[in-house]
Amino acid sequence: MEELATGLRGAGYLPGANTALVSFLATKLGKPVLVEGPAGVGKTELAKALARYLKRTLVRLQCYEGLDEAKALYEWNYRKQLLRIQAESGEAGWQDVQDDIFGEEFLLPRPLMTAIASPEPVVLLIDEIDKTDQEFEAMLLELLSDFQISIPELGRIEARTQPVVLLTSNNTRELTEALKRRCLYLWLDYPEIEHELEIVRLHSPDLDETIARKLVEIVQQIRELDLKKPPSIAESIDWARALILLGAKDIDGDTFKQTMSVIVKHRTDLDTVAARVGVKLERPVSDDALPAA
Amino acid sequence: MAAPTPPSKIYTRIPDRGPGGFDGQLLAFAEELREEGMALGTSELLDAFAALEEIPWSDQNDFKGALSATLAKSPEDGRTFELVFERFFFRATEAEAARRQISESPSRTSAFDVDLDALRQQIAAALQDGSEAALRDLARLAIAAFGKGEGSGVLGVDVQRIRRALGLRSEPQPDLPEDDPRRDGVPRDQLRRFEQQLRRELERDLIERTASLPPKRPLTELDRALPTGPIQDLAAVHRVVAQLKRRLATQGHELKGAKRHAHVDVRRTMRASLQTGGVPVELKYRPRRPRRPEIFVLCDVSTSVTSASTFFLSVLHALHDSFRKLRSFVFIERISEVTEVFERERDFRAASEAVSKDAGVADISGYTDYGRVWTEFLALIEDELHPRATVIVLGDARTNGRPPRDDVFAAITARAGRTFWLNPEPRLYWNYGDSVISAYEQHCTAFECWRTDQLEDFVKALAQPVTAAG
Repeated sequence: MEELATGLRGAGYLPGANTALVSFLATKLGKPVLVEGPAGVGKTELAKALARYLKRTLVRLQCYEGLDEAKALYEWNYRKQLLRIQAESGEAGWQDVQDDIFGEEFLLPRPLMTAIASPEPVVLLIDEIDKTDQEFEAMLLELLSDFQISIPELGRIEARTQPVVLLTSNNTRELTEALKRRCLYLWLDYPEIEHELEIVRLHSPDLDETIARKLVEIVQQIRELDLKKPPSIAESIDWARALILLGAKDIDGDTFKQTMSVIVKHRTDLDTVAARVGVKLERPVSDDALPAA
Repeated sequence: MAAPTPPSKIYTRIPDRGPGGFDGQLLAFAEELREEGMALGTSELLDAFAALEEIPWSDQNDFKGALSATLAKSPEDGRTFELVFERFFFRATEAEAARRQISESPSRTSAFDVDLDALRQQIAAALQDGSEAALRDLARLAIAAFGKGEGSGVLGVDVQRIRRALGLRSEPQPDLPEDDPRRDGVPRDQLRRFEQQLRRELERDLIERTASLPPKRPLTELDRALPTGPIQDLAAVHRVVAQLKRRLATQGHELKGAKRHAHVDVRRTMRASLQTGGVPVELKYRPRRPRRPEIFVLCDVSTSVTSASTFFLSVLHALHDSFRKLRSFVFIERISEVTEVFERERDFRAASEAVSKDAGVADISGYTDYGRVWTEFLALIEDELHPRATVIVLGDARTNGRPPRDDVFAAITARAGRTFWLNPEPRLYWNYGDSVISAYEQHCTAFECWRTDQLEDFVKALAQPVTAAG
């Protein structure tokens, strides 16, 4: 397990204790992992890092409303089938052609199929599963528990290698029990202050240590407020980069006001944050300024 | 410590170890999780056993993490798991210790001559940044120093007594000297953790002394609540409403499978048939559109419901977070629309302040006039009410002797698809005094609603698919 944690670190991802443990279990038990948590805490990034560490290809299926089998599993290549029929018309019998055009040659593999059929083991990422509807979830069940896909015309296609499967969800919808039952569960939350500081430092090593600490402290403060969209780790990293670009020496009231929009993305939130956090940052400055005025 | 009790006596009190050794313990643990409402299947248990084979058991965090990943599959379940894990393994360990008659070396019995005031300060200072283990030691020290004598018999009372004796408070205590670590107040969650440790240690003591396991404490609603927002109640309301939102969001999908293809769309079928020379080879169906909730909420903010109106306003606030097509009104004697206030104000306290200040609720007497409210409401939104709309009334139906005008209310309910009434009074008080809920109840579905679990019942009813008049 230690090995896996250091491996992920090497791949540019700092896992929490639980993350490392669950990833370890996933590789050992060969079970899919359902990763839930607020947006931007590194759910997708975890899959990428795992792929890098395991030196496997990452096959990604981005889910959206209305995603169906044809786009997720496989599709028959109609055009090629038509061409085949026309090219042979007259000569071959019906049975021959029928057997022929439903062969693997005419199959267009989509992400799930690719992951299953790949001769090399892969990491399969099914991103934002909560965006699809329940029918799609049900379709995934066969894949997740047995790593196989049934194609009516061809029969069953079994996985040649065991892929590591990660499903992510933003928890916008309750997933079905059946799906949860087949997965290990990992809840990723906003990290502790020290952990986040480490992450920010890893992604923007040029930023001054004290500024980085202050940045993380502010972000953590902002998350405590009741916002529509609290800032994520991705956003604190963006902010750190913005500060480097601006060459900021310190995060004071002005810098904060100028760069606030990097981490807070809602108009009403902007007001709240400015009122609660911005003022706090300004206060020490104005205290110094008072005697002079 | 008490003199060693004869084993026979212990065995009558401490239950024997269940059969099956460790596996049996784990199954008992799972059973306890089920009792607390988690849905655990056999497959999950098998996973848990498989996971435990892969990890070292030497680290409690790994052990717990592996079980949690296989058993608890939502944040709520995770929280329950956490609590039950603590409770179960604590009790299991203590029971085992009592069975084997192992007791901790009674160092605490030695008379304590330490300067109590210095100890107070030390504990407070260590609390600022203490680890779990340090907290535990501190808790023992504190019990040894301040928890002497017979306990009150109720653990919670003892915990609070010791905390007070230590002078620990979360709020700042400016009258303390400058260098006292308690001056700025102890961090709230540190204090909570310390209290937890105190409780554990006291419980351990009790088990050792009496050689019996106290009955386990079932989890309460408060335990279960995820520590989130600043206002606990508000968080609970938001959670219920979030659930409501999810139910409504998935509601359309449930209908998809069974009933979607109920109606043939003749026009589109005919058009499609042109391709096949007028033969309707392919039938076109009318898609069943998921119900888009359109909600009108009327909220009583008069003095008779003062205690409940915070709850109501928080419901309203949470609803606003979830539904875009929502219009809300508050009323006392007359009605006034507050949709904008809630859309503008994210912060609940600010919103409720704004409502009470400048919502312009015209009230002269401060007494609700339902008759007038219905008339005004009907005049205001008559054109917008349609069979797909839902009207929710939050109020106690106390008219202060004024005419209830249930005929106007009936007109409203007739136009709207569904009407719900949430009454903050227990059903026992309905129709006593000036409450006329029965007059209104004929036209709508009324719920008593003054706790979040009742709100959940309402959510269930609201999320039920509409049957008639679609």
